[in-house]
Amino acid sequence: MTCLPDPVPSAKKLGLVIDLDTCVGCQGCATSCKEWNASGHSAPLPDYRPYSAGAEGVWFNRVHSYEAGEGAAGRTVHFPRSCLHCENAACVTVCPTGASYKRAEDGIVLVNHDTCIGCGLCAWACPYGAREMDEDAGVMKKCTLCVDRIYNETIPEAQRQPACVLACPTKARHFGDLGDPDSAVSRLVAERGGQPLLPELGYRPVNSYLPPRRRPEPAPVEDAPTPMDIGNPLLRWMDRVLSR
Amino acid sequence: MNPAPSIVFFTTASGAGYGLLFWLGLLRPLGLLPMAPAFALTCLGLALLLITAGLGASLLHLGNPQRAWRALTQWRSSWLSREGVAAALTYLPALGFGWALWAGMPGLATLAGLLAALGAAATVWCTGMIYASLKPIPQWHHPLVAPGYLLLSAYSGMALLAAVSALGGVVGGPASFVVTLGLGAIVLKLAYWQMIDGIHAASIESATSLGWIGTVRPLDPPHTETNYLLREMGFRIARKHAAKLRRIALVGGFALPILLAILAAQWGGAGLLLPLAALLALAGLLLERWLMFAEATHTVTLYYRGT
Repeated sequence: MTCLPDPVPSAKKLGLVIDLDTCVGCQGCATSCKEWNASGHSAPLPDYRPYSAGAEGVWFNRVHSYEAGEGAAGRTVHFPRSCLHCENAACVTVCPTGASYKRAEDGIVLVNHDTCIGCGLCAWACPYGAREMDEDAGVMKKCTLCVDRIYNETIPEAQRQPACVLACPTKARHFGDLGDPDSAVSRLVAERGGQPLLPELGYRPVNSYLPPRRRPEPAPVEDAPTPMDIGNPLLRWMDRVLSR
Repeated sequence: MNPAPSIVFFTTASGAGYGLLFWLGLLRPLGLLPMAPAFALTCLGLALLLITAGLGASLLHLGNPQRAWRALTQWRSSWLSREGVAAALTYLPALGFGWALWAGMPGLATLAGLLAALGAAATVWCTGMIYASLKPIPQWHHPLVAPGYLLLSAYSGMALLAAVSALGGVVGGPASFVVTLGLGAIVLKLAYWQMIDGIHAASIESATSLGWIGTVRPLDPPHTETNYLLREMGFRIARKHAAKLRRIALVGGFALPILLAILAAQWGGAGLLLPLAALLALAGLLLERWLMFAEATHTVTLYYRGT
């Protein structure tokens, strides 16, 4: 049923916290995501014309890079974009077949590929571009939060995390329960002032983005005197000699 | 947004078909149309042909059309599902209407015709709400979108009805309806186009949460080739082309049919002029619907282009 589950107080809200301060834009998370999901819950994850011009394919995670601000205050920010597992997920409610659904137990938004008709309306309804059509199978695919890893008892417990989180070399990605205010991810969001994306649209994303840390204002550099500021030729010569 | 030909054709053809069904069911009991069953059956056949062709085209848009029946299940939350249910239900009174006309039962024909008119209006309203409910697309998430679908459907349906009526010898009433609805459609489209110019759902600063640093500009794209998102939602049309196409749609799809309807009502020749007006109206609406997609922008393009 594509009605959203009734909100349960204290229900789990699994999601990601992404640190825009430490992300280096290496694309490791995107590549690792593609590798895992090409054979997991959403398999296959197609590539079209993979070995010729115009190669493209379905990816659940896309890493953009932006410039923000001007001059000395400006900075480069790498920005991974994936499903935010919104609480008010319009991609679920617009689905005419019930294939798109949000799990009541942990809030993960998934697609049932056996009942999806491939109408594409959910992709239109997602402001974040989280859904990409598998044009080979004619069904919509999206980030599963690695639902086939995080509950998978056949892999070591330490690895029961989304593939993107495990792959990140700078630990810029964190996975946990954002419905529990005492969880590590919730504390991180509270400490660092985690931000939702496009809050004005009212989708209430679960994933949160930690802003780049504010840098201290650089101390003003005093202009050092140049040799030409010294009027006396003898002293100027001595300054040159002593400066060597 | 990518103007997929199947959807452009679907909303234009089915819209006109539902408009025709609506006016046929509503105006026939009021005595404003030729009362011969053959006339009503011709109109009904044309309406159902357009509706069915449009719905068939909409199935071509699906990745798995053989599962299309599943789309009738989620009417509680989804406007697309509601549209499917309304479209399927409307066939019942429409076919009953045809049967009553054929079998010569005027009471049943009136009742079934009115129910079919109700179903037609409900279906077109659902179609409009599919678009109007999408917040990431500000040109669609707009109060004039769903009323626009209704009005344009009523206009094109009336143009068809006037054309068939003219062939049956009745001109004045349907032609004046075409003029009134056409003028209403022009006012609505002009108002809509003025309101969507420069409209934005959001900014890249809000999309990235980086606005506190300053203005945000895309530096490196996440991929060098295109992808589904850019093909489906990144379609762009140059503003100067849009302005020209708007004028062509207004003149060809609305102003000329209105002029032809006036000429037909005043000076005759309706049997030729009103069918021509209907064809122009449908062609203009195809263009209008294409523009409806081509001019719509999706928030995902903020991430790629910054605008």
